[in-house]
Amino acid sequence: MTNYLDFEKPLAEIEGKAEELRAMARGNAEMDIEDEAKALDAKADVLLKELYAKLTPWRKCQIARHPDRPHCKDYIEALFAEYTPLAGDRKFADDDAVMGGLARFDDRPVVVIGHEKGHDTQSRLMRNFGMARPEGYRKAVRLMEMADKFRLPVITLVDTPGAYPGKGAEERGQSEAIARATEKCLQIGVPLVSVVIGEGGSGGAVAFATANRLAMLEHSVYSVISPEGCASILWKDAEKMREAAEALRLTAQDLLKLGVADQIIPEPMGGAHRGRDKTIRSVGTALRAMLKELDGVKPKKLIAQRRQKFLDIGAHGLAA
Amino acid sequence: MNWITNYVRPRINSIFSRREIPENLWVKCDECGTMLFHREMSDNLNVCSNCGHHMVITPRERFHGLFDGGIFSEVDVPEPVADPLHFRDQKKYPDRLKGAQKATGQKEAMLVATGEIGRTPVVAAAQDFGFMAGSMGMYVGNAIIAAAQKAIELKRPLILFSAAGGARMQEGILSLMQMPRTTVAVQMLKEAGLPYIVVLTHPTTGGVTASYAMLGDIQIAEPGALICFAGPRVIEQTIREKLPEGFQRAEYLLEHGMLDRVTDRRKMREELVSIVRMLMHLPPPVAGDLPAPGPTDTAPATPEQPEADKTA
Repeated sequence: MTNYLDFEKPLAEIEGKAEELRAMARGNAEMDIEDEAKALDAKADVLLKELYAKLTPWRKCQIARHPDRPHCKDYIEALFAEYTPLAGDRKFADDDAVMGGLARFDDRPVVVIGHEKGHDTQSRLMRNFGMARPEGYRKAVRLMEMADKFRLPVITLVDTPGAYPGKGAEERGQSEAIARATEKCLQIGVPLVSVVIGEGGSGGAVAFATANRLAMLEHSVYSVISPEGCASILWKDAEKMREAAEALRLTAQDLLKLGVADQIIPEPMGGAHRGRDKTIRSVGTALRAMLKELDGVKPKKLIAQRRQKFLDIGAHGLAA
Repeated sequence: MNWITNYVRPRINSIFSRREIPENLWVKCDECGTMLFHREMSDNLNVCSNCGHHMVITPRERFHGLFDGGIFSEVDVPEPVADPLHFRDQKKYPDRLKGAQKATGQKEAMLVATGEIGRTPVVAAAQDFGFMAGSMGMYVGNAIIAAAQKAIELKRPLILFSAAGGARMQEGILSLMQMPRTTVAVQMLKEAGLPYIVVLTHPTTGGVTASYAMLGDIQIAEPGALICFAGPRVIEQTIREKLPEGFQRAEYLLEHGMLDRVTDRRKMREELVSIVRMLMHLPPPVAGDLPAPGPTDTAPATPEQPEADKTA
């Protein structure tokens, strides 16, 4: 564990001390530090539980953006077989911020689409930090059309700070591309299930998350605007992101109450980045369950259900 | 001399004259600075008669100029849950809403109406940029759904005038959910085989552009309108370079294939009538102005037609 979040600093100190002790002991066979190190471990455990028991919305945002969190690529590699990436929008380019293609999920052929943020400088640049351009959304539309044609369920994994705000992206119709992707999500007669695995950033997320079923990881967020963006507009101060995160009700727990998310997938203690394999397995289980619920539902009904779900959203506010 | 002339008439006059004098008789054009007389402004649909700059127009003013004889009937919009998130920034959301209602005299950021334009029955919806930047919250979503349902019920086309700074942050995720919700409304219209025409006005941005405002069968914009997903300031901060002149303006989008037409507001009505009638398989429109179906327009007709011709 090398990447600590700012609120995890006290934890970093304790874990650092334990690590130091063990390193010293490795150099000196006569030293007996194990008891002391174990005590530190126990202390760290308690602290971790305390920290994660009362996470503020802003801390959840930080965890949702944690660089060590499993990303789309990790899920695809672990949960899917025969993943065959399919590239390009047939209009202009391919977009590496969006992964997508054919794959088998439990032997069943599916189409999987998701935002990929990258895990190091090089891959982050290649993936444009998970910020899709119009080509990414148009690729997704193409893949959803193919899934519809061949009756394959669609699985989407959402993890984006938002659609890319660039000159070329605007010139090539970023808004139209997002609108068409959302429209396509609502049109396909196959099951569409989605998981927010990290950050659900605004319109860039809606374009994939307009699904029959939406699950969210315990510490994922989904919001109309980033807390920083909201703070700079409404508080005229980007540093007020904590207040903004609070006000926006962007946590998985609030979204479940609001009827936007259908279920929450628990994360291991200390977040997905402290138990990557376990998190990935839990997401697999959730996907399996969501697909099973939709098995055998007729195309027309799938479309009607999906539409009705969105027409009904928001009818009760937080009191839902 | 009797009590009618001494008492009643002055009272009536005072009531009417109070109404008739706007706060500001002269309006300065945002673009060229020309001082425009209010009557001239409203007859010209808030387009500067000197430079042709299109200034903000409220949905009511727009409908007044759009529908035959200025007659339209409002469509009821189902009331959403008030302040669903109990949102509070420096101000409470309900206070901001009340402030906007007081400042505009309107209930919310969208007006939906039915009526006839050039004797063609339509449903129209217009977004009010003056009301919390026209932002799309649950009310606006409900308004678009109500507009689509009304259009389907009456088998009429829907004409939507968009203007918004984006989604209404104070409704958080529920404002974002208006993107799929309004998309469902557009799909219902399309399945009913009815035309959905979007007129993009200044400015149309964010989640509004990325949903119903870009899904029209025909996309028309007013000249100079800013139409974008991410605003120019955000882009400049991201790419750290100056954007070209006219970037994200209606004409720029037209050039990049994102719009069907850019049309002057003063010609919009005529054009909409023509398009809608063709799409609805109706006979050609009757040329020239039709007489108003009833006595409604309280403002006396002023012969300012030549003014419009000068600038056209």
